[in-house]
Amino acid sequence: MTQVVLFNVFNGLIVGAFYALMALGLSLILNLSGVINFAHGGFLALGAYLAFTLIPYVGFWGALIVAPLLTAALGLVIERVLIRPLYGGDPLYGLLLTFGLAYIFEDMTRLIWGAQSLPFQVPAWLTTSLSSQFFFVTGYRVFMIAIVVAAVGGLFAVLNYTRLGMRIRAGTRDLDTVSTLGVNVRVLRSLNFGIGIYMAGLAGVLAAGLLGLSPTLGASLIMPSFVAIIVGGLGSLLGTLLGGLLIGVASGLAAVYFPSASEAVIYVMMGLVLLVRPRGLLGEEGRLH
Amino acid sequence: MTQANSRAGMDRRGIITSGLVLAAAQIASPFVIRARAADAVRIGLDNPLTGTYAANGKHELEGCQLALDEINAKGGILERPAELVVEDSTSGDAGAAVQKARKLIESDKVDFLLGNVNSALALAMAQVSNEKGVLHIVPGGHTDAITGSSCHWNVFRVCNTTQMEANAVAGALIKEYGKKFYYITPDYAFGHTLETGLIKAAGALGGEKVGGDLVPLASVDFSSYLIKAQAANPDVIIFLTQGDDMLNALKQAVQFGLQNKVHLAGAQQEMEPLEGLPSEARIGTWVMEWYWNQPGVPHVADFVEAIKKRTGRVPTARHWFGYVSTWTCAHAANTAKSLKAAEMAKSLQDFHLPPEVALGPNPAFYRAGQNQLIASLFVGDAQAGGSAPDDLFKVTKVVNGADVAGTVEESGCKMIWPTT
Amino acid sequence: MNGLRGHRLSVAVGILLLFMPFWMGAIGGYTELATRILVMALAAMSLNFLLGFTGVLSFGHAAYFGLGAYGAAMAIKYLGAGTLPAIALGMLVATLAAMIIGGLIVRRRGVYFAMVTIAFGQVFYFLAFRWNSLTGGDDGLTGWHRAPIDFGFATLDIFGSDKAFYYFVLAIFGVSVGAMALLLASPFGRTLVAIRENERRARFLGVPIEFHIWLSFVISCLFVSVAGALYALLNNFTDPRALRFDLSGNLVIMAVLGGMRSFWGPLIGAAIFVALQDFVSSRTENWMSVIGLVFVLVVRFFPRGVLGMLRNAAKA
Repeated sequence: MTQVVLFNVFNGLIVGAFYALMALGLSLILNLSGVINFAHGGFLALGAYLAFTLIPYVGFWGALIVAPLLTAALGLVIERVLIRPLYGGDPLYGLLLTFGLAYIFEDMTRLIWGAQSLPFQVPAWLTTSLSSQFFFVTGYRVFMIAIVVAAVGGLFAVLNYTRLGMRIRAGTRDLDTVSTLGVNVRVLRSLNFGIGIYMAGLAGVLAAGLLGLSPTLGASLIMPSFVAIIVGGLGSLLGTLLGGLLIGVASGLAAVYFPSASEAVIYVMMGLVLLVRPRGLLGEEGRLH
Repeated sequence: MTQANSRAGMDRRGIITSGLVLAAAQIASPFVIRARAADAVRIGLDNPLTGTYAANGKHELEGCQLALDEINAKGGILERPAELVVEDSTSGDAGAAVQKARKLIESDKVDFLLGNVNSALALAMAQVSNEKGVLHIVPGGHTDAITGSSCHWNVFRVCNTTQMEANAVAGALIKEYGKKFYYITPDYAFGHTLETGLIKAAGALGGEKVGGDLVPLASVDFSSYLIKAQAANPDVIIFLTQGDDMLNALKQAVQFGLQNKVHLAGAQQEMEPLEGLPSEARIGTWVMEWYWNQPGVPHVADFVEAIKKRTGRVPTARHWFGYVSTWTCAHAANTAKSLKAAEMAKSLQDFHLPPEVALGPNPAFYRAGQNQLIASLFVGDAQAGGSAPDDLFKVTKVVNGADVAGTVEESGCKMIWPTT
Repeated sequence: MNGLRGHRLSVAVGILLLFMPFWMGAIGGYTELATRILVMALAAMSLNFLLGFTGVLSFGHAAYFGLGAYGAAMAIKYLGAGTLPAIALGMLVATLAAMIIGGLIVRRRGVYFAMVTIAFGQVFYFLAFRWNSLTGGDDGLTGWHRAPIDFGFATLDIFGSDKAFYYFVLAIFGVSVGAMALLLASPFGRTLVAIRENERRARFLGVPIEFHIWLSFVISCLFVSVAGALYALLNNFTDPRALRFDLSGNLVIMAVLGGMRSFWGPLIGAAIFVALQDFVSSRTENWMSVIGLVFVLVVRFFPRGVLGMLRNAAKA
């Protein structure tokens, strides 16, 4: 039994890392622009479908690189045309707009690629287990962790060591002052949105190797992202990362003892966090109060 | 208005107009589903076209459309043209399904109601059709209650009950693989009844449940359950999940290499999830309710060709469900020589489908007193590709539905006919 | 709402609603659609009590709608209750939940409040989904139906007659809406508007902000649960979809589309949205895109909603 539990904790970390990748993109956009991007799942699915379409031309690795970039490009267009006018306004409108976009995304993917799940072929050497004992540690899951680590590492590197990153961090704290200092806030927000959507697209490509590729892929994955952000704390990217890992592990453990509750448990965690420490584990006091 | 305002007004109007044009284009698009003729006999299809079950619903629709064209080519229903009125029930919103059912019955005045893929929605719609006295055929909703504890005189079902499927496949599983089963069961009525049915059927042959998990619907990650399953050391891991859940579970199981340690199998399987799996994951022993590759059985090849011409793909069981449902409407009316639901329902008792509709080696008939279609079940193994790239299932045994259906008493159906 | 104009609108609405089953058929609708519009209108107006008049965004109202639905359904299925007691039970369950949850979240505002309401909404969705034995899980609660109401001197057959049920719903709608109007016209209602306009100033004036927001939240959820109970009665069925965040989103768009700042706005929004969805989904399987487009267009070009636009046009 201990073995089962340990395996599940380990595995939960892997799944949690994936949730964290999704949630980080969402968190990035939320922190700087104050927009709750309900369409995040839609972008994720789009990334997956684009990868599926590109694989016959550029192979799996090519698709892994290109699909998230294409998704981010679309994200930039949507940000410029639809979302930019909403900044500074009532958060209601951002929610409603992205909500509507989510509907459109799901319908358009069904229109273009069909309602049926599509077979996503991952390179064969990735899909085998690494050892007989730790059979659940497949090449693909290790690959997923590697990509997530690279992406998160890249994100934190950009945020901490580049000028763009510094501006984003400063903007999250006090956008007005940043603007006064001569930074083009519009461009900053756009780039920030683009980075967030890139991460969604990347998560989508990873998801397609693990799950079935269907138009409802986005809708099924968006909720854990929200919970990860609430648990980890608004305003803190590290918190979001932690939140994602935590809910992954919690879900895995619940599957051992209370399988029926393995999805509900993340909402229970969220409830507990809200009761005991409403700002989230690493959230900042007064943040978006 | 100042100049600035009027300029903004122009832009806004322009964009709104283009938005409306876009919307209008959507409405006028090839997907127009409504067209009327005055004296037509109308068949209302209330099935999912969006959401999780969209693919299944789409395939059933295509089967219905083929049947409709054939019916009209043969003179229609009672010498009148037949028409299909299609509504999207959504994949899970019972309110929408019920609303559409009422719309079809009251507003469109359909003579027949068809639907739903989702068992729960089928039950909700059955309440409406029974209340309004309209003949209702359920193509692909599997919960036993539809022709069991919640049966109605006006509701007929084409696909099998979970008990029938379980009975058909249990023998093959025990013979090929052994007696110890671990169940991965989706946590809703269909999953529960399928598991109960399989435990009972396997138990009669010495099978034993060494463990199991009730898995939430739309689970993303099955690894925890697979870890537990492997630790329980069964002969077979039984996957009762369906659709995308089946896909995810099998995909992940094969990634774990579990098929090298334990056998993977289950009960109900369909082409749709098999097609969504990567080729190395198309394995395991299952039972299908209808399969396209039936060499030697007359008329099947014609059906396959007809569907291929329309849709570019081979038919799945869902196509067959839709096809049978629609043809049943025509036969019911033509046999009873009337469109009155009670008379048609009576004419369908023990009604045998003609071979070009039954499309299987065994006779297909609606069992009297239960309104359940008894036909053939196809037990076999999934394969990455057989005689053709879309031959994803190797049939090892065709079971006669009559052998595994149990009795009407066992189903729990007590049919009450209207007095008038 | 200003005096005479507000009353004229109310009278017009009243007359339209009174005769809806009759003119509905003429424009291609059907009685059940009219009833559905009423139920959604009540839900959207209840949400607007909190959203438009108190200025607080809840994106998780579907939870209380669903609790009302399940409460009523379970009362009828398990306790054999009559229609009115069933509605009362649904109201009770949802209001209790709202009181507890409201207490937990009332210190948050803006984006955070909205996210938290979304998340709590999902908790109830999963409860309904998983607690199979009680709620029927994914299959929903079935096998029951609304029963004719026996008033002693007459029976109202709300099961057999669609029209009878419509008028029953209209009566409940009228009572609920009347109660909300009274509350909004009272000093309590005025205080809510003050909070919406400038929370900090209201606080300086000594208004207990959290208490008012909490109470507004509870009242809003109470009436939404009545709508939920009516919805369950309408379908003779309830399932977890009644609790999902799509419904929450739809309610918000109805309020915004019709006009958040006016009392009858959400009714107009609900009528447009429900009728549009019914109409479009019969004509194309891509109705989701059209609905999504409605969301986008409303936010970008009609943030004040239909009534808001009309009001501006009247002023200009």
